[in-house]
Amino acid sequence: MSISTEKVRTIELQGVPVDVVFKGAGPQLFLLHGGGGPVASMPFADSLSEQFEIIAPVHPGFAGSAIPDHFDDLQDLIYLYLDLMDTLDLQDAVMMGFSMGGWTAAELAVLSTARISRLILVDAVGVKVGGRDDRDIVDVFATPEEELTKLMWHDPGKAPNPSQMTDEQRQIMQSNRVALGLYTWQPYMHNPKLPRRLHRIDVPALVLWGESDGLVTPDYGRAYAGMIPNAAFAVIPAAGHAPQVEQPEVFVQHVLSFVNDTSEGSPS
Amino acid sequence: MRAWFFTEDAYPQLPDPETYPSIRVNLPNKHFDPETGADNYHQFLDMWLMAEELGLEVMLNEHHQTATCVVPAVPIMAGILARQTKTARILVLGNPLANLPRPTRTAEEMAMVDVISRGRLECGFVRGVPYESAPANVMPYRGTERMWEAHDLILKAWTTHDGPFNFEGRWFHARQVNIWPRPWQQPHPPVWVTVGSAGTAVPVAEHDYVGAVFLAGYPGIRRIFDGYRDGYQARHNADAPLDKLAYCALVYVADDEAEAKKGGNEVLWYMTSNKVATEYINPPGYHPPAVAAQIAGGGNLARSLPSQTTLDEQMARGNVFCGTPDQVYEQIKAFYDYSGGFGNLLIMGQAGHLTFEQTRRSMTLFANEVYPRLKELTAGYDAGAMKETRAALPDKEGIDLGTFGLEFAR
Repeated sequence: MSISTEKVRTIELQGVPVDVVFKGAGPQLFLLHGGGGPVASMPFADSLSEQFEIIAPVHPGFAGSAIPDHFDDLQDLIYLYLDLMDTLDLQDAVMMGFSMGGWTAAELAVLSTARISRLILVDAVGVKVGGRDDRDIVDVFATPEEELTKLMWHDPGKAPNPSQMTDEQRQIMQSNRVALGLYTWQPYMHNPKLPRRLHRIDVPALVLWGESDGLVTPDYGRAYAGMIPNAAFAVIPAAGHAPQVEQPEVFVQHVLSFVNDTSEGSPS
Repeated sequence: MRAWFFTEDAYPQLPDPETYPSIRVNLPNKHFDPETGADNYHQFLDMWLMAEELGLEVMLNEHHQTATCVVPAVPIMAGILARQTKTARILVLGNPLANLPRPTRTAEEMAMVDVISRGRLECGFVRGVPYESAPANVMPYRGTERMWEAHDLILKAWTTHDGPFNFEGRWFHARQVNIWPRPWQQPHPPVWVTVGSAGTAVPVAEHDYVGAVFLAGYPGIRRIFDGYRDGYQARHNADAPLDKLAYCALVYVADDEAEAKKGGNEVLWYMTSNKVATEYINPPGYHPPAVAAQIAGGGNLARSLPSQTTLDEQMARGNVFCGTPDQVYEQIKAFYDYSGGFGNLLIMGQAGHLTFEQTRRSMTLFANEVYPRLKELTAGYDAGAMKETRAALPDKEGIDLGTFGLEFAR
């Protein structure tokens, strides 16, 4: 297996330099990372780059980049990426988002599906499924680190370990947390309006979930999928909030069978 | 020198700290007994009145969801004192502007306190401490900018007297603003802002406001006060007046050293009780990433400090002045000389289980035997002589600030 080399291009949009990772060749796979930071260098992405051209922007504020002065919340990221999709002239791209990147993908798909052929949400946030007293999504900013690790990982041994990081890596991790806070603070990790807008998504969608995700549960994912027309839902066993990391092979199989399924109607 | 008596109004009747992970944010309020709480409130109000009788000014503040300070609405305490005191200046330090949803409400509350007290309000503005971003549900990132925008709206509300205006800022929106009452003091009450670094001191100096430093001690005080003085000089082309600088420390004065040590250890409760879970110390965007990484990374430095500190250590740092009247005067004078001088001493004179009687004895000794000498000291202030005094005192080495003080950086 040969691993495609990554190229990073910095694209200036709205006065904001956006780093975009390009990797592999084939149909476009527009990849939106979650609160943990970029994922395009992970083994699952290596596998997918054998069949796709991965196009993975780094959300401003992540991986050591600056939070633009005019950015206040996720809306700013969404409109930045509308511009990015136009600038890159995406055509029939598969759009895949993880966690808060999944929320971003859902919002983009609601605005327009003109440049995408399919949508994949992985352990995504973005909607409220319970009542006002239900904590649908764990408050990551008020949960002790050790507890968070147990909730997020099926095998906590796979979690990044800050004590083995360099100072610079630790600082980037903290900067990522600030950016995550900026994009998701209030309403916490969701847009109350989104459920009434998801009906606009007119491309096949797949909602993938780690069976052991304690941060945002499979039941939440199932309810989320139920709000999107023509969406399938699948759980990946022995995986938490990041099934692409804990079960990369199974994850890639799900993605490929969904993308290659050309049958009419709801994919299974 | 003006001395201000301050107590945080703690609720110290708590279970063993081993039984809870954090005194702030998530300590269940079943541990607050309303009857004990009422007794506490009345005792604290009596302490402020006692301080006024002794000739001290009074200071109060606000915190949320914490047993370390059960005043979640400082305008209420200030309102009571506005009526019950007669002569003391009433310093509110402060209104946590970044965490408050409606600055016009703060403008109204403070104007009302100013009028009831017939112009005795000194109005402090603070950003708010990290632990309170959850209770306020405010993202701490850009909290300083938020604070200054709220400040701008409050100042405009205080000083606009010819009908309403609208305000459409980045964080705060207000329409038809026209507050009743307007402040007693014209153009507005004196403004104080807490500062914790040379950088944050600059805009405070530029506005000609009082810059108040909490517990920075020898390791931090020169850097911060110098930031203020430089900012003041650059904007106003004059030396910063002494009364524009304030320092807050824990103080206990007693008849002899043994008693002083006993009382000092009680007041130290303010630090030793401050057991806070890391996730509340480090909300996203409150601290710069380097500091946040230090808190989050590995050793939980912030958790081990300052809750495990000692009286001797804090006296050496210049955060606690404790001893006989002579000793306390010498300690304050040494710190005053080292810092380059300040005109306001904010005295945390009560904390934890320190009783009313202990507090009274300490503040009486302070008022009668320390305060007159401090007034004399500042009356003789000469900027040129101070520069020489300071130059003769090299920067103290061997004191590593570490993460100590993060808890108190305002």
